[in-house]
Amino acid sequence: MGECPICAARVDVAGDAIAGELLVCADCGAELELIATAPVELAEAPTAEEDWGQ
Amino acid sequence: MIRVSIVGGSGYTGGDLLRILLFHPQVEIHQVTSERHAGRPVSSVHPNLRKVCQHKFVAADELEPCDVLFLGLPHGQMMHRLSEFENLAGMLIDLSADFRLRDASAYQVWYGKAHACPDRLGSFVYGIAELHREQLQTATRIAGAGCNATATILALHPLYQAGLVDSAVVEVKAGSSQGGNTESPGSHHPERSGAVRSYKPTAHRHLGEIQQELGAGNIHFSATSIEMVRGILATCHVFLNQDLDEKEVWKLYRGAYGDEPFIRIVKERSGIHRYPEPKILAGSNYCDIGFERDPHSNRLVVISALDNLVKGAAGQAVQAFNIARGFDETTALEFPGLHP
Repeated sequence: MGECPICAARVDVAGDAIAGELLVCADCGAELELIATAPVELAEAPTAEEDWGQ
Repeated sequence: MIRVSIVGGSGYTGGDLLRILLFHPQVEIHQVTSERHAGRPVSSVHPNLRKVCQHKFVAADELEPCDVLFLGLPHGQMMHRLSEFENLAGMLIDLSADFRLRDASAYQVWYGKAHACPDRLGSFVYGIAELHREQLQTATRIAGAGCNATATILALHPLYQAGLVDSAVVEVKAGSSQGGNTESPGSHHPERSGAVRSYKPTAHRHLGEIQQELGAGNIHFSATSIEMVRGILATCHVFLNQDLDEKEVWKLYRGAYGDEPFIRIVKERSGIHRYPEPKILAGSNYCDIGFERDPHSNRLVVISALDNLVKGAAGQAVQAFNIARGFDETTALEFPGLHP
């Protein structure tokens, strides 16, 4: 279980989840990235950005 | 089965009461009155009820005793006929404005005349379940709240209850069905269609009940008619007396309404339906509430939406009825609206 960094809702995190997984907050709809699992740390997932390459 | 009759059943609110109660598993519709349409099939006035409702309208003097009377009479009539209706049914649910205010002097202020039975004002429970659920459980006299008042009160109650409001300004955008089914020069199609009309910038009568229920004098209200048949969108500009971030506002509203069956907090991070809008609530008993904190001032914008004929009238009344009769509060009110 984690806390949404946007609206503070409780967010279910599966026991076998791994860092980097994307989740969606059921309350505010924010797309969240699982940063760490022990303890659970969630951050708003970065939105798609243009890749200018080299 | 509870025997229910509807007084003043030819109006839009009466039609929605029927639409809901005809599918209520504990209700038997006994009689529906209309002086203008007495003798005619109910479905001749409410065509959506063809093959669903076989009743004919009766005149009010043909009313027989029943268990519950829903009253959809024009404002100002119920208070003169209270004893007549009390002799017919043990429970009265009045959808007019006559018994919403508890204070006779406030009635004089907002309706411009003296109340006909001021000693009875306190005997009606104001019908918003989210505020008065406990009182409704034992109520036999219920006053349905005004539609604009319902949208405003539900939007702001958590903030006022927490003592967080310095002042608030509410702007309501309203659909044409608020005007009822009687034509007027203002409802004539060439005049009404496409209009965005400030019809009550100040002194709207619903402000009396808003102030009463929020316990607040520091609130202001304006109403604008727009191109919509059903629906209300209330935009509430709340000036906070302390700093709150959005997460704290989320917690406040979640705490107040998280368990409410008909309140949804709508504040999405993406998509096209980020905030409440009345279109998807047509026919439903939901009130959607969202908010956004102005990062440059102490203003919090709270937005609420509902169907004025359902959560703002008939659905709210059935919700209160369900509570008062001990039924599941959501009975006959589960319809979720239409999309698109």
